[in-house]
Amino acid sequence: MAVCIAVIAKENYPLYIRSTPTEDELKFHYMVHTSLDVVDEKISAMGKALVDQRELYLGLLYPTEDYKVYGYVTNSKVKFVMVVDSSNTALRDNEIRSMFRKLHNSYTDVMCNPFYNPGDRIQSRAFDNMVTSMMIQVC
Amino acid sequence: MEVAAGGGCGAGPPLLLSESEQQCYSELFARCAGAASGGPGPGPPEATRVAPSTATAAAGPVADLFRASQLPPETLHQITELCGAKRVGYFGPTQFYVALKLIAAAQSGLPVRTESIKCELPLPRFVMSKSDAEIRFGNAAELHGKKIQIPYLTTEKNSLKRMDDEDKQETQSPTMSPLASPPSSPPHYQRVSLSHGYSKLRSGTEQMQPASYEARQPIGQPEGSSSEGPGSKPLRRQASLIRSFSVERELQDNSTNYPDEPWRITEEQREYYVNQFRSLQPDPSSFISGSVAKNFFTKSKLSIPELSYIWELSDADCDGALTLPEFCAAFHLIVARKNGYPLPEGLPPTLQPEYLQAAFPKSKWECAIFDSYSESMPANQQPCDLNRMEKTSVKDMADFPVPTQDATTGDDKQALKSTINEPLPKDTSEDTATSKDCNSLKARPRSRSYSSTSIEETMKRGEDPPTPPPRPQKTHSRASSLDLNKVFQPSVPATNSGLLPPPPALPPRPCQTQSEPVSEADLHPQLNRAPSQAAESSPAKKDAPHAQPPSKPIRRKFRTENQTTESQEPAAAVGGAAPTTMVKPHPTVQKQSSKQKKAIQTAIRKNKEANAVLARLNSELQQQLKEVHQERIALENQLEQLRPVTVL
Repeated sequence: MAVCIAVIAKENYPLYIRSTPTEDELKFHYMVHTSLDVVDEKISAMGKALVDQRELYLGLLYPTEDYKVYGYVTNSKVKFVMVVDSSNTALRDNEIRSMFRKLHNSYTDVMCNPFYNPGDRIQSRAFDNMVTSMMIQVC
Repeated sequence: MEVAAGGGCGAGPPLLLSESEQQCYSELFARCAGAASGGPGPGPPEATRVAPSTATAAAGPVADLFRASQLPPETLHQITELCGAKRVGYFGPTQFYVALKLIAAAQSGLPVRTESIKCELPLPRFVMSKSDAEIRFGNAAELHGKKIQIPYLTTEKNSLKRMDDEDKQETQSPTMSPLASPPSSPPHYQRVSLSHGYSKLRSGTEQMQPASYEARQPIGQPEGSSSEGPGSKPLRRQASLIRSFSVERELQDNSTNYPDEPWRITEEQREYYVNQFRSLQPDPSSFISGSVAKNFFTKSKLSIPELSYIWELSDADCDGALTLPEFCAAFHLIVARKNGYPLPEGLPPTLQPEYLQAAFPKSKWECAIFDSYSESMPANQQPCDLNRMEKTSVKDMADFPVPTQDATTGDDKQALKSTINEPLPKDTSEDTATSKDCNSLKARPRSRSYSSTSIEETMKRGEDPPTPPPRPQKTHSRASSLDLNKVFQPSVPATNSGLLPPPPALPPRPCQTQSEPVSEADLHPQLNRAPSQAAESSPAKKDAPHAQPPSKPIRRKFRTENQTTESQEPAAAVGGAAPTTMVKPHPTVQKQSSKQKKAIQTAIRKNKEANAVLARLNSELQQQLKEVHQERIALENQLEQLRPVTVL
């Protein structure tokens, strides 16, 4: 399923990155990093359009031969980047959207914790569990 | 009563079992044997007594049972050797009984020897996970659920003990018949502590129907099944009976019993939590905001990640605020953590808000609204005051409570499984706002459509908690802090020199706070004034040390009065004073030395007080800084929302 999930803060530093440990994590970090440019491009192209959920979900950022990278941005410019395995063709757009929705939910829960300072790395166990569940869904 | 030397015994000395032990062991044996034979048809318990003489307990369930006793494997090996099972090759009844007795001995701390079994021992304790109980004894337990309650009554009378008891149940015990007990009886009465093997087995029935919790009042939990009803009633009775027969309570307390034991809130703990809640938030049906709670819990001196995790556990609806049950749960978790218990993976069932709300008298929640909202008891007692009043004063706790926790934590799968129910509904409720009644009451759109409006709502709601308290201007406005600085600064050089030279021509100062800085500044040039002035000021100085402890302004007043008296001298007199000091150096010098000492002492005291005040100031300012920071973030978010999305 999702091979790597990353939460990037507004200032483009990572709040949370997790990859399946079997692969080379550095490669995923690099992919996420390069995808940030695409995210920025897409956001700037939005212009003054109304911000609704469809535009929060950025869709496929760019495909490589092995992986596809999807993006999602929140209203506070926190970006979620997800790298999925290309071999898994059963993944539809809706499923990706639902995964991002879940991510967003969990992220908001993390935010609600008064002990969490915005800008810290996310160390919430609930968030971890949710991400783990997403990453091993189909494996 | 001796165990009948049934099939092939002759292992060791004759076993002396009390009635309770006899019952217990026979039940256990029946379980092991029954489970091995795959779904027994054990009818009345008497039949099981007959059966052991011929049956053997299979190694599998026996091994599981032994492992559940939580003894180290070497001990278990010893036990199996001693009981003779290895010799005979199977677990006959005698071997089984001997083994159980040895387990009891080992758990009581006695050495594992054949002599140990001669003593009077408590029953062995077994902690089994829910899955094991289900697998092994599920069928058997259900069948036994109705039929073996009478023996349970008698067997547990002397051995079980509870943390709380309901004495009123005691009188009912002899008259109650299991089949007659109403199936709708609340299954969550006092749960049997898992201190004994058969109790564990029976709790297998309970575990299958989750949530049999200690409760002060009957709660109609939806999961109660019919066998649970009758099964729980004798539990209650026995629990109350047991309380009066508490044997070796410490041993049982130290064992990993029912995993929820440390997570159960006792009445006095409850009272304490509620009082603390009231100190932060007078309305018990309203919320404590996140920042207030954060300040409060930070005083517990737990690390921030731990506090963050505790918050995550206890804030069930993740709204950034704590209602009373959530607060109690969080407080209890903190207390448990400070007592050394590791934090659970999920919120224990006894700490869940629905349970906590229902478990305690409604009078604690003085909200008339929620009475009207109550659909079902466990679900809907959420206080529905939507206005989050933020309590700004954070009262200092004298000490974080350390109530004695009787049992260690056993982070069991059972707790896990029951707590999985907690987050799961949350996940599934994402699309339906009503599945979580609490949220519906709070009118929080849990179904996040992620439209901009909903985001704004959530963000605005998120902004509500961080609304900073009104600035306590009076305590540390800049003016006053500066005053304090200026107050303390000149005192040091003044006392160093041992002089309190009055400024020559100072107007009388009615208002101390404003005039003091000026007067102190003027004091500076006068520091090296003549001792004659010191002589004149010496009466004032003597007054000053006397008056020092009460208040500094008064001291200042003395000085200012001194100044006023001396300021009446013409300014020129100051010049005249200088030569006069040369005239009389000696007497004034002596006075100066003693004065110097006093002055130094007073200076030290003053400095210490100043330090304390400044430290407090510092902490308050830090808090303010944090709050301002949060404000800023909230405002930035707002700004971004309002600003059209053009350039990043």
